[in-house]
Amino acid sequence: MREVKKSIPKKDSYGLIRGLPVYADDLAPKDSLVMKVLRSPHAFARIKDIDTSEAEKMKGVHLVLTYKNVPRRIITRAGQGFPEPSPYDKFILDEYVRYVGDEVAAVVADNERIAEEALKKIKVEYEVLEPVLDFEKAEGHPSIIHPEEESFAQFDIGRDPQKNIAASYQMEIGDVDKLIKECEEDPDCVVIRERFYTQAQAHAMMEPHASYAYIDMSGRLVIVTSTQTPFHVRRQVAMVLDIPIKNIRVIKPRIGGGFGGKQALHGELLVSYAAWKLKKPVKLVYTRKEVFEATYTRHPMRFDVTIGAKNDGTLKVIDFEVLSDTGAYGEHALTVLMVAGSKTLPLYNKVDGVRFKGKVVYTNHVPAGAYRGYGAIQGNFALESAMDILAEKLGMDPVELRLKNVIREGETSEIFKIMGEGREGVEMIIKSCKLEEAINRGVELSGWKKKRGKKEKNGSKVKGMGFAVAMQGSGIANVDMGSAIIKLNDDGSFNLLVGATDLGTGSDTILAQIAAEAIGVSSDDIVVYSSDTDLTPFDVGAYASSTTYVSGNAVKIAGEKMRKLIIKEGAQKLGVSKDEVEFDGKVIKTKDGSKSVTLKDLATVLYYTENQKQLVADGSFVGPESPPPYAAAFAEVEVDTETGKVDVLKYTIVMDIGTPINPNLARIQAEGGVVQGIGMTLFEDVKYSEDGRLLTNTFMYYKVPSRLDVPELVVEFVESYEPTGPFGAKSVGEIGIDTPPAAIANAIYDAVGVRIKSLPITPEKVFFGMNK
Amino acid sequence: MKINLKINGVWKEVEIDPSDYLLDVLRREGYLSVKKGCDTGTCGACTVLRDGYPILSCATLASTCDGHEITTAEGIADEMEDYIKILAEEGAEQCGFCSPALLVMLYALKKEIENGKVKKTKEDIRRYLVGNLCRCTGYVGQERAIFRYLGVE
Ligand code: FES
Ligand code: FES
Repeated sequence: MREVKKSIPKKDSYGLIRGLPVYADDLAPKDSLVMKVLRSPHAFARIKDIDTSEAEKMKGVHLVLTYKNVPRRIITRAGQGFPEPSPYDKFILDEYVRYVGDEVAAVVADNERIAEEALKKIKVEYEVLEPVLDFEKAEGHPSIIHPEEESFAQFDIGRDPQKNIAASYQMEIGDVDKLIKECEEDPDCVVIRERFYTQAQAHAMMEPHASYAYIDMSGRLVIVTSTQTPFHVRRQVAMVLDIPIKNIRVIKPRIGGGFGGKQALHGELLVSYAAWKLKKPVKLVYTRKEVFEATYTRHPMRFDVTIGAKNDGTLKVIDFEVLSDTGAYGEHALTVLMVAGSKTLPLYNKVDGVRFKGKVVYTNHVPAGAYRGYGAIQGNFALESAMDILAEKLGMDPVELRLKNVIREGETSEIFKIMGEGREGVEMIIKSCKLEEAINRGVELSGWKKKRGKKEKNGSKVKGMGFAVAMQGSGIANVDMGSAIIKLNDDGSFNLLVGATDLGTGSDTILAQIAAEAIGVSSDDIVVYSSDTDLTPFDVGAYASSTTYVSGNAVKIAGEKMRKLIIKEGAQKLGVSKDEVEFDGKVIKTKDGSKSVTLKDLATVLYYTENQKQLVADGSFVGPESPPPYAAAFAEVEVDTETGKVDVLKYTIVMDIGTPINPNLARIQAEGGVVQGIGMTLFEDVKYSEDGRLLTNTFMYYKVPSRLDVPELVVEFVESYEPTGPFGAKSVGEIGIDTPPAAIANAIYDAVGVRIKSLPITPEKVFFGMNK
Repeated sequence: MKINLKINGVWKEVEIDPSDYLLDVLRREGYLSVKKGCDTGTCGACTVLRDGYPILSCATLASTCDGHEITTAEGIADEMEDYIKILAEEGAEQCGFCSPALLVMLYALKKEIENGKVKKTKEDIRRYLVGNLCRCTGYVGQERAIFRYLGVE
């Protein structure tokens, strides 16, 4: 391998670091009209009357939109493949507002100042309704959040809007109740039952959501937007505005981070409609407050976990019951729920029985949506905390307990077949799993044996060690499709066109490396262009850890085809059969060395003189399976017994991601994931007032990790090769975030004997735990 | 009102409203490396130099900058070429949204270290840069590049 497993700089580093204008707000035409949105001050209300006449009269106001003058077509904004597994429960604007921040009206004006003035002139009379703010009381609450008749699901997702249930799911392998009972009655067995809570987390990507739309010279609608899913945006805008897909072009420029928060639609529907109506460019850039109040969060969840095991540590049965809060709309309601089981429970594949059931309820909170590691991080906290509790009860080293039970290469789990994302999964024999190696390596690197259980003291501070393992997936099997086109230029370089969406991850770069490897040329000669629905082929977009595996495989297929084409055309040019030539990346020559032509010369000839043609190759790929990457993580913490404050001193994570296509970029992904996970573990918390107003709506009140919060971070990749992946690769985007909640909670227990079962682990919780 | 700003070495007369923040004025004038990540002075993405010292342009009224010298990432990128190369080599700019402001801060930090105002230790450097939030990288890669560039062991 020459071009992969190699740390080349990102293709866009030149412009990004120098601050070139590459993001949506930088690129919007200077004469764009500005849109501002009036947002609901109530958690739940019906608009009785809305009077926009004063606003409309203002100089510089072009358009005021309310539910009365926009198309009433229901969709899901989830940004998933069609048919989506999320309920269709959102209108562009509606007479009901379902959370503080929900859209009431939008103004389009010459500039921001006029738009803001105009918002103040809109008079709204609300019928304030009783909100549902406690997700544990949402089911069957007298307030029905989605009373509208139009809402529906594309297929059965266990939705019951009359009871505020957005989705539900259940599966069982073996007779779980019976197995638990047997364990309880067997003196050779133990059973633990625990309840855990995880909180809402804000994506807090640095670039606020931004989009603009305009009409092009053919009268088509062009949308430039910070999105992770340009093709889904095109389809959904087409659906809501009733414009044919062929008349819409969506372009994703560089985007300033997404983490799932830009998978779903945000301002695109409103700017598109306004631009379409006015035939003028319109832009909508969210304020930071709007990003917090009116986009998405991670789904808060409650877990009831029961595990039965033999006294020797052999796991017998696992039962998971989950309640999830999807907030006001059901984006990703079912899928995130299912992942809480499907990306955790197969870790322990040798149990006799396993059950997963859960409900997702609507509340009047900010809608929950996709967020890096979705479901998996929540489930991991519950499962891996419970495993630590079990290890203690059994008197076993938590590492030994995992080594005894974790999944190995060549094995499978019935769950793979039963649980997919929003539908059935696929059967899968694990072809690459170096979890055992990762655990053993992490034990060494972290000093686990020396440090665990020692409660080393330093004044009022005590040290502890915690451990957790995790798995993810690589795309959604049989659903996610990616594709690529490669064309040869007359200097022997190539254009790689991919629908895949680089949200800062470096996917353009690693896809170029895969293309180069497959063609057999240098990645310097690959020019990448991505995420433009007119110019690049289809891709579902960047989510579910899919780009390296799914889009990467598509690129590899296209690259191999291109290589064949080059050899064929080279042979023809040399006047020999294609079996007689070889291509070393620069020169096509006969095996006996008697004749040769450089790729550059061949390309020029093909363009201008002989046998003229454009060499183009394509590739499409749908994952027949979704090979999981794995991680073993070790947290070393120091707990201040006087204040309850927890400092993470060192975090060691050893991962099996298959081949890291670009080890540096993979490492940064892992590091960034871990730090976001540490933020969620220790302080990130989306909080509401009693009447449902978001309290944490600035970086002052919502703390994301600063560079002083970052521990010593040790990241290593174990040697691993996934035969179904492009050059052995799996995925790295999400796996890094999964382990910190459990590993750190377990470390705190090791230090001070306090078991925190609800996130975030604030100093108060630890302090009160110590002083109970 | 009109004010005069020397932006990246060139004097410009700029028409502003007295309530305009420097961030919006700079972006309007085409200095798009200056990013708006928040509006509460809490993310650092809008950092520029005024007379050589870092300020948050989202929290600075443009009118208070009349007659002053403003430096943005556009103005120092060539001088910071070595660092840009190292950061790219480390792969430590992900989405890049925080990168131009970090470049500006690092430029200022380097001067402060040269003048003996900030000590060249990892701890002091981290403290100096703490206001520049990055949600993507977890900072570790950035710091590998920064320490390498500044020659900090
Ligand atoms: S824009 Fe965030 S600090 Fe200025
Ligand atoms: S690289 Fe994305 S915020 Fe720093």
